[in-house]
Amino acid sequence: MSATTIRQPSPAPWLAGTLAGLAVWAALYSQLIPFSEWAVSLLPIDPASHLGQSVTFFFYDVPKVLLLLTLVVFAMGVVRSFFSPERTRALLAGRREGVGNAMAASLGIVTPFCSCSAVPLFIGFVSAGVPLGVTFSFLIAAPMVNEVALGLLFALLGWKVALTYLVFGLGIAITAGWVIGKLKLESWLEPWVLNIHAGTLDLPDVTVTWPDRIRAGLDSVKEIVGRVWYWIIAGIAVGALIHGYAPEDLLASIMGKDAWWSVPAAVLVGVPMYSNAAGIIPVVEALLGKGAALGTVLAFMMSVIALSLPEMIILRKVLSVKLIAVFVGVVATGILAVGFLFNLLFA
Amino acid sequence: MMKNVKVLGPGCKRCDAAVQMVKDAASKAGVEVSVEKVTDYAEIAGYGIASTPGLVVDGKVVHAGGLPKAEDVARWITA
Repeated sequence: MSATTIRQPSPAPWLAGTLAGLAVWAALYSQLIPFSEWAVSLLPIDPASHLGQSVTFFFYDVPKVLLLLTLVVFAMGVVRSFFSPERTRALLAGRREGVGNAMAASLGIVTPFCSCSAVPLFIGFVSAGVPLGVTFSFLIAAPMVNEVALGLLFALLGWKVALTYLVFGLGIAITAGWVIGKLKLESWLEPWVLNIHAGTLDLPDVTVTWPDRIRAGLDSVKEIVGRVWYWIIAGIAVGALIHGYAPEDLLASIMGKDAWWSVPAAVLVGVPMYSNAAGIIPVVEALLGKGAALGTVLAFMMSVIALSLPEMIILRKVLSVKLIAVFVGVVATGILAVGFLFNLLFA
Repeated sequence: MMKNVKVLGPGCKRCDAAVQMVKDAASKAGVEVSVEKVTDYAEIAGYGIASTPGLVVDGKVVHAGGLPKAEDVARWITA
């Protein structure tokens, strides 16, 4: 502690600014339909034509999705300012499997995590005594159940689908981590990882004020929405084309719930594909509208988002190829189970 | 006396930004610093952090994960 007290700036202007921002947000959100109708009326297109339907869909969905995403990302940025990987690690160190897996998966949602930090995080967790399976629960949940995926699902498909995704994404992360823990694969780590003895960490106190947290929310909006907005527009454009042009029930025979093989096929196609939630979810919405089954589409989406080639390549530095194969196999099995279960439950 | 600052990180964009922050803070405060990038995973892990970029000032870890606040960096290098 320093002897001189630094006077903290008053949080009042920041809180007032946040409230004003929320009011502007609500005003914009209430004008979505008039805006899309107005935008289409400016174009020389018959609103009843295929093109007209596509364009109306596009002008309604783009601002709606961007607005909802901004709100969710801001809220998540504020929430994440209360967490850090180091604090999460301290909570998880020495936990028993089971409880540890559930905690790790839940903390994976709210702990700030960037895939470029995956290796330091992995080593940092394992060397501090977080069990391997618990570490995996964290590493599976962190990319899969993220604010972009949840925000977009909520915006495009409603809160029921978003909540279902949250619950089953967590379920896969918990179960897959638990299974990997039971398999006792510690010897399949790269040997140098086991030899690391992490120093103890004693970070100095940094005061985090409410203005800091609001700023963290704004920073994540700038960073995340700034990174994904063109993906979203591209995804919605593809979705709009499907929406306007593809005949109803086009996909019912190949992606419908009666085609049992469509779930494994969706996972097989999804694993090597690499996109983020922002690009894939608008397309997913359009597929659903054309007769694809929810379980099949969720399985496709989860395998695209949760299992990504770039992340495997990064993790190869600490995991043997065998261990990566087990990781992919266990997670893909979980995704398959979710896909089948959904097609069974939601007829 | 010259401060020794290590920036721990595998070389992502934020790690470079953190190096720049330290340099800016040093020139602003008129402090002499030597900035060193540590990219080796084993060495990074040895400092006990679980997220990058991390900052080490004269052998002591002061920050881990994301970009620090500029005023905190100034405080660490002038302390």
